Formats: sequence, C-alpha cells, structure tokens
Amino acid sequence: MAWKSQIKTEKTLLAFAFVLIAVLGIHLFTLQRWWFPAPAALRAAAIDHQFMTALWFLGGLFVASHILFGVAIFRARTNRPAACVRGNWRFEITWTLLIAALFFWFNISGGRVWSQINSHQPLIDPIQVEITGAQFQWYFRYPGNDSTWGRTDAQRFAKANEGNPLGIDPDDPAGRDDIVSTSLVLPVNRDADLILRAQDVIHSVFIPAMRFKQDAVPGMEIHARLRPLQTGTFEIACSQLCGLGHYRMRAAVKVVSEEEFKQWLKKQSAR
Amino acid sequence: MQEPLPITAQTTRAGFLRRYLFTTDHKIIGLQYFFLSLAAVLIGTVLSLLMRIHLVWPRAAIPFLGQIKPENYLAFLTMHGTLMVFFVLSTVPQNGFGNYFLPLQLGVSEMAFPRLNMLGFWITLIAFLVLVAAFFVPGGASLAGWTQYAPLSAIPASGPGQGLGTDLWLTSIGLFSIASVLSAINFITTTIKLRTTGMHWMRMPLTCWTWFVAAVLSLLAFSILLGAVLLLLLDRNAGTSFFVPGGLLMSGRPVEHSGGSPLLWQHLFWFFGHPEVYIAVLPGMGVTSHLLSVFSRKPVFGYRAMVAATIAIGSLGFMVWGHHMFVSGMNPYAGFAFSVLTTAIAVPSAIKTFNWLGTLWGGSIRFTTPLLFSVGFVSLFITGGLTGPILAQPALDMYLHDTYFVVAHFHLIMAMAGLFAVFAATHFWFPKMFGRMMNERLGKFHFWITFLGAYAIFLPMHLLGLAGHPRRYAELTGVQYVLALAPLQRLITIAAIVTISAQLLFLVNFFWSMFKGPAASPNPWDCTSLEWTLASPPASDGFGRRQPVVNHAPYEYSVPGRETDFRMQDAS
Repeated sequence: MAWKSQIKTEKTLLAFAFVLIAVLGIHLFTLQRWWFPAPAALRAAAIDHQFMTALWFLGGLFVASHILFGVAIFRARTNRPAACVRGNWRFEITWTLLIAALFFWFNISGGRVWSQINSHQPLIDPIQVEITGAQFQWYFRYPGNDSTWGRTDAQRFAKANEGNPLGIDPDDPAGRDDIVSTSLVLPVNRDADLILRAQDVIHSVFIPAMRFKQDAVPGMEIHARLRPLQTGTFEIACSQLCGLGHYRMRAAVKVVSEEEFKQWLKKQSAR
Repeated sequence: MQEPLPITAQTTRAGFLRRYLFTTDHKIIGLQYFFLSLAAVLIGTVLSLLMRIHLVWPRAAIPFLGQIKPENYLAFLTMHGTLMVFFVLSTVPQNGFGNYFLPLQLGVSEMAFPRLNMLGFWITLIAFLVLVAAFFVPGGASLAGWTQYAPLSAIPASGPGQGLGTDLWLTSIGLFSIASVLSAINFITTTIKLRTTGMHWMRMPLTCWTWFVAAVLSLLAFSILLGAVLLLLLDRNAGTSFFVPGGLLMSGRPVEHSGGSPLLWQHLFWFFGHPEVYIAVLPGMGVTSHLLSVFSRKPVFGYRAMVAATIAIGSLGFMVWGHHMFVSGMNPYAGFAFSVLTTAIAVPSAIKTFNWLGTLWGGSIRFTTPLLFSVGFVSLFITGGLTGPILAQPALDMYLHDTYFVVAHFHLIMAMAGLFAVFAATHFWFPKMFGRMMNERLGKFHFWITFLGAYAIFLPMHLLGLAGHPRRYAELTGVQYVLALAPLQRLITIAAIVTISAQLLFLVNFFWSMFKGPAASPNPWDCTSLEWTLASPPASDGFGRRQPVVNHAPYEYSVPGRETDFRMQDAS
C-alpha cells in the first residue's frame, strides 16, 4: 500500500538523519582543525586532559543516544498496533543510578582540576603583577625594587595624557619605582602572582594559550596565579562585554627567559 | 427555562473589540500572546541575520540601514537576546499555548482570574513597545547585552545606548516581570483549584504539569528580577549605589557612587536567569512528551518519573545560578558547590530523555510534522544538553566561559529546542486554534531545512569557542587569533542565511492554512486530552454548561481489546 511505503521512506530518512548527526558531530570534534591553541602554561595540561575526558564521556552519550533514537524510529511498527507499555521501574531506577554515578565521577574528576588551579600553596619567589582593565586598554604594573605597590587613586591622579593612567599617588614613595606597562612581560617557568582590578566596568583577562580567564571587577581585588612554560608572544582578549571597544581590547603577553626579564625590568626602571 | 450564561464567558455576539482585543477569554489571550511573540521573533530573527552579515562582511551596505557600525551590532545583540529570551521563549510556550490549552486540558472554561489575565497581556504588550522604542531614542538601544551587567549598565557615560536606551530596557523588563508574575499566579491557581471532576494530579497531561511548574518558577524568579531592575533604575536615576563601587573613573571623569557591588547584580540577575531557562524549556518538554505519546500511539513511558523529573528540574533550577559566575571573582568553593548542583540536573534530564526513548520504542509512529519537530526537539535537547556538564565544570568553563561555545550551547538547548517545541505545538494545535489543518508537505519541508540548518549553524560554533573566540565581539579585526577564525564564521553565516530564509515556508504555511487550509474535525490526531472533545475552534465559552468528568489517565493509547487505539480522558 502507498501509505506504508511512504512511512517506510520517512522513518528511514529520519533514522538516517539521527545517525548522520552522530557521525558528523564526532567527525567535527576529531577533526581538530579548529581547536585549542598549543598549551603554554602549567595549568593547561590538567585542563586539556579533563576536556578530553569530558569529550569521550559526553561524546559517547551523544552518539549512543542518537543511534538508539535512530533505531527506535526505524523500528516503528507499520502493520500491527503499538505496544501498550506504561513504563518499567526496574529500567528507570537502573538508568537513574547509572547516570547519577557516572556524572558524580565526572564532576569529582573536574573538581580536582579546579582545586589544583585555586591551590593555596604558597608561591616561591613569584613575580607580582597588577592587571588593571579600563575601557579599552589593559595596564600591567610591577612593584619595582621595593616589592611594594604605590597607593593609587584614579579619581584624583589619573589624568588623561599625563602618563599616569592608574593614578599612582605621586606623594607615595612606594609608588615611585612602580613600573606600568601596556603588555604583560613574564619570565618563563616562574610563578606569577596576579592581582586583577578594573577602573570603570567589568573586563576579563583571557589568555587562551595559558587556559587562563578571570574577570577584573571594579571595586574588587582578585588574586590569581599563572606559570608560563613556553617563551613567545601570546594574546590577551577581553572576554567580558565592556562597551563599544570590547572587540579591540587586546594586549600581548611576552614570555621571556629570566635573563631577558631582568633586563626588561632594568630598562623600564630607567625610564 | 433558560439558564443564564456563566459570567466569565462571553457571548459570540460581542463586538470585534470586546472579542479580540479587550477580552477575558483565555483562548483569545493565548492567541494575543502568540501573535505578539510572532512579531518579536520576526524582529529578533532579522537582528540575528544582520549581526551574522556584519560579522563576516563588515562593510556591506544593508538596505535602509547602510553600513552596520560596532555600536549598532551591540544594540542588535542586546535587543536580539532580550526579544528572544523574554518576548519569545518565555512568552509563547507558557503564556501563548499555556493560556489557550491549560484550562481546556484541565476541563475548565476559564482561568481563575480572567481580568488579571487580560491585564497581564496588556502589560506585556506595553513592555514590548517600550523595548522596541529604544531603537528610536538618541544613542539608540542599550549595548550591554541581555544580561545588563553593572556597572556598564549602571553608568550612562559607559557608552552610546547606555542613556535613555538602557532606562527603556529596564522599564520594559520591569513591566514584563510584573506581567509574568500576574500570569503565573493565574496558572498556579487555575491548576490547583479549578481542575474538573476526576482530574487528579496524576491524570493531568504532562503539558499541564510543565506549565504548572514553569508558572511556579516564573512567580519566584520574575519577582526577584523585578526587584533587581528597580534597584538598577534607582542607581541610574536616584543616586543610590547598589551595584556601583567607589573610586571609579569613566572616560576620564570620576563616578559619583560608592559602596555598591557589581557581583550583587550578577547574583540577582542569575537567580532569575537560570530558572528562566527552565521557564522557557519546560513547557517544550511537556509538549514533546505529549506529542511523542500521541504520535507513537503509546502511553508516555514512566509518567510518574516524568512528573518527578519535571519537579526536580524546577527545584534544582533555583540552586545553580552561580555556574554563570565561575570566573566572576566569586569564591572558588562556592564555584565547586554550584558545579555539583548543576551537574545534578543531568539526572532528571537523563530520565526525561530515557522516557522519550521508551515512549517511541515499539510505537506505531505516525510521521506527521508535529512528530518530526518533537523528535527534532529531543535531538537538539540531547546535543545542547550534553555540553552543559562541560560548562558546569569550573576548570573547563574558565576557558569556555563567554566564548562561542557557550553561545552554541544555549542556542541549541534553549533557543533551537525551545523553538522546535513551539513549531511542534503550532502544527499540533493549529486545527484546534483555527479550525483548519496546516499543510503537511510544506511543514515537513520546513522541518528538514530547519533541523539540518540548526546543526549546520550551531555545531561548528562550538569549535569557534574551543579556539577561544570570545562572544559579543562586534568585529573580528581587533584580535589576531580571532581574525584567523573568519572562515568558520563565514560558514556559519551562510548556514544562518539559508536556515532563516527557510522560515518563510512556515509563515506561508501558517497564514495560508489559516484561511485556506482544509477544515479540521474536532479531533484530527485521535488524541485523548479534553481539548479535543470540543469543536475546532472551540466556542468562546469553552465547555459551556457541560462540565467534563475525567475517568482515565491522559495517555491511554493502544490499550489491547478496544475498538479504537485511544481512549478519551472523559470516556465512560
């Protein structure tokens, strides 16, 4: 009969679409043509590993469920009535417990990475840098030889075009040797102890190669740590909508050898 | 002797204005919400098209608009998000279809508070007009995104559109919140108090369950949003400092505020914002459960588990807002707690998916357009849902937060899945609402392009996020590695143009069928719920003086030993 062959075509088509989506989805994520940038910081290895765990686990569920739905559609009955099944508590409970256990494991494994990143272990001889976001520019301040930050008051001292964008108090001796740069220079293989601030609205420091992202919030002082493992130049992209120039609020991270870093600091102090 | 008509029902002799505009008939109010959402979705979709075009061809001259500038892009982005989240996804599934069919499925002819219902619609309409007006004021619409993070939203000097445009945005959302609370009270009271004889809780169709739970979420969430919006309006216009800390410098000028907290806005906003996701998608889950059962001619697999999962998703929805704030500067311990609670939502979601599979399994499936869209919903729900546990892990979210990965995630699970449920519901209930059938061939054609198109747009978008492309970038030229992703952006734009164009098929089908479609019988889908016992379309007084008596569970399909493969809920 005509309507039966039509149902056969339709169910085959729909079942095939489900399998196709599963295959294409997997293909896209194994292609790795568009992918994470090469890792360049200590934390990256654990994060990338956790992402691959997630991809296998959730990708498996994605493929399995699409194939199962494809099978259910393909097996649709055409010449006998549907099975009048109202449920099955044994299946239901087994499935629920299985899923709960799997996701509990998955969550705990991710929690471990999170606690590594936010470790409270004291840092040994870290580089201190204060990062300040302002529409639409990043400023990086180093405390100088005295390892002490000068007081800042942006409302009083940060005048346009006067070379003091952070508003460092000119009367504070601790501030005289502070270095303010528009790019983040860090020595390789050494911890950086970062303080994030914002002068006007919320900005966000995103360094994809270092798997680093942290909002800089006005009125807050947010601490974060980072250890670069590769020398080279990487990009910071602002990743919290901060106004008209959000898309062009970028800065460079220059990771250099310990020696080059010392020279750079010296050169900056001399200015 | 003639009995007087119930006072809430209106006679068909009422004039056009009384009948279609200032009406207390829940069916007409449902349609009013439906057409309001249709207007909102048209504007929202055109905005997304303009944004996609601007991203890959920034110098293109658009008819009537000229070249799109970054400030236009951000205004479009804000308005697209606001229109779609508020005026489409939380309006049409809940207040549109819910208003029309909740009372009918419960066997009553009117909502508990008909005038409150009318008031709710009119406030929503005013909210919509206030929002759209922001396009035409000096500075244009707000550019702070639909999340309106403070202090960007709190200080008028923070950019163009942050003046009157933002005040209008806040006013609109405040009004919308009031309307949503009014509507929610109505839904909750109607469900608790007015169910007809025999309509026990466990005999309600799953659609009613999801409308009920979504109404409870709506009541709690929108009252918080209303409070938050009022505080932000005070910060902007009355000199208070709820969200603005001291010592700020905006465009070289000191900001006269002190003592506020930008994170407070985020907590309040997301305390609303996360339940909001479920307000948008729960009714879609209800429709999907309902339709999969109808069109596989099988009872819903695990009805009670479905009810439990609905309530669990609704309750957990209030405990997970912090997962939007992992990199906001919130305490990492709090991040871990929110992460565990968020991942817990995978359990009731997996129960639902499992039961949808169980419902289809061994069914005698009727491959109608509404069935196709329901199955499409399930696929999109799975695909969009499975990236959720990735984003729920703070260590991974730290990289993916505010990238296109998140955009792909919520568009699949909330926007696309939500929209597929709306398409399914429209094709399914069209005969009841308008008394005519929609065209199946056109409907299926529309389904296939939209289904494959949705994947063509949003699957590659995940990869943009993996490569670190931040969202809300008006242009690609500001950051080098972002510019390198332009070819992928181009692919997505082309997929979007094709998919959006295909929506014209739906519009043609919808309006053509409204006037020219073949007449519908009272129960064209052989469905068991009470709305199908009425004429298509139902008389304005609903069940009239006949109060239906419910004797059966809602999904009695293919029960062995019966003449037909379905048993109406009110069959004796």
